[in-house]
Amino acid sequence: MKTTRTTTRVPSAQDLYTVDVFTVVNGSPMQWRVDTRTTLLEALRDTAGLTGTKRGCDQGACGACTVHVDGKRVLSCLTLAAQADGRQVTTIEGLAGDDGPHPLQEAFLRHDAFQCGFCTPGQLMSAACLLREGRAGSDAAIREYMSGNLCRCGAYDNIVAAIRDVAKGAD
Amino acid sequence: MRAFLYDRPTAVDEAVAAVAADPQAAFLAGGTTQVDLMKDGVWTPDRLVDITRLPLRGILVESQQLKVGALTTMEELAAEPVVAQRLAFVREALLHGASVQLRNMATIGGNLLQRTRCRYFRDPTVSACNRRSPDSGCAAVDNVARMHAILGVDERCIALHASDVAVPLIAVDASVLVNGPAGQRRIPLTEFWVRADEGPSIENVLGHGDLITEIDIPLLPQGWRSGYLKVRDRASYEFALTSAAVALQLDGDLIADIRIALGGVGSVPWRAREAEEMLRGTPVDPLRFEQAGRAVMASAFTVPGTAFKVDLAVRTLSRQLLTMTEAKR
Repeated sequence: MKTTRTTTRVPSAQDLYTVDVFTVVNGSPMQWRVDTRTTLLEALRDTAGLTGTKRGCDQGACGACTVHVDGKRVLSCLTLAAQADGRQVTTIEGLAGDDGPHPLQEAFLRHDAFQCGFCTPGQLMSAACLLREGRAGSDAAIREYMSGNLCRCGAYDNIVAAIRDVAKGAD
Repeated sequence: MRAFLYDRPTAVDEAVAAVAADPQAAFLAGGTTQVDLMKDGVWTPDRLVDITRLPLRGILVESQQLKVGALTTMEELAAEPVVAQRLAFVREALLHGASVQLRNMATIGGNLLQRTRCRYFRDPTVSACNRRSPDSGCAAVDNVARMHAILGVDERCIALHASDVAVPLIAVDASVLVNGPAGQRRIPLTEFWVRADEGPSIENVLGHGDLITEIDIPLLPQGWRSGYLKVRDRASYEFALTSAAVALQLDGDLIADIRIALGGVGSVPWRAREAEEMLRGTPVDPLRFEQAGRAVMASAFTVPGTAFKVDLAVRTLSRQLLTMTEAKR
């Protein structure tokens, strides 16, 4: 990170505890100067204003904060923003294409795959990777490989049905 | 979370030197345990040396072993075809651990170094924790316990080592390569962890500034079969109550050779040598399977909340031995 600081600035004590992060979020280059403690979740929500990614448990147990980093699904609440430096990040705001909602978003609507909707961005981001990973071959596989995303409303049956629909359509 | 300095070196020597030079510094890898503990205020480093950009990622397949870079993720190791072919129980343990999101973040080196999930250890408002602060007592022994260890523990600490993949890794005699201030050395996993009853506040033999760079995993010989059985409170995304990693070679109705380790029961991943010795060279016999399990449990230390684990561990091992000795898999 030292290489990203301009040489004309005199470091203050506060500067030692900040970090410059260059990242690409949903295709847009971003630069953040944040406290070293900032998680990727906090940077996305509070610095970038992308509040679609949700803070659920904030301890890696619920999956509501799931985003893609370099194409892999990860938990943004346990990722330091500093660790996203130089990485490609995709959030729920970047899931839809230019020509409308992602097929998973349409399927979630069609199957009523949520009640309160708080876990839905994480479910969708996780499911998008699940399809790419080729792990949606059966309901059992969908349940197993979606187990990192909890739904306190209990919409699991409809979530599985929505994902199954898209997986079949993609065959 | 306490404020910390952040460095991200690009060379191993640089990273080791940065941590070695500062007693309050620590390495940061996938962060799945570390960031969580920092949020809880249980772990308070002043400086984090981020090692995730070091060239320690990837798997080298040799004829007798895998050389796994310490930063290889759990998902990456599980996806390696040779792991499926020659180390089935390693793959099963990996895929039964955590969630895909966590497995994309968590590194193999970090997995071995994960801290206990004991809720008293992870709650800084609990003062009695010999693991966090020596000679302060153990809240788990006197209060509600369930996800705790029964082997390698005593009344001073019943912290469980909750790793799944470490269980087959210790069964197959994997070892780690460590780079530290004093140079490089190899440590077999059987000598890597320190049992809670041998010192509750010391978790492993690494010194300050020691960095795991590689995990070497011997491949099971051709003709061996292996599997990992995990018993837990829910079907997925849950720690083991008990688990059994078994690899064996059958010769007709005889168990020609066998390796066994147990999870969910030990303050360290538990190699079950007594059971191996009782079963090696003997005919397949379910009664003997149970006796072997009982022998391992002879030294169990239980509290009311963990007493069920003795029978459960015996049955977990017996069932896995039955599965592994079925005529054809």
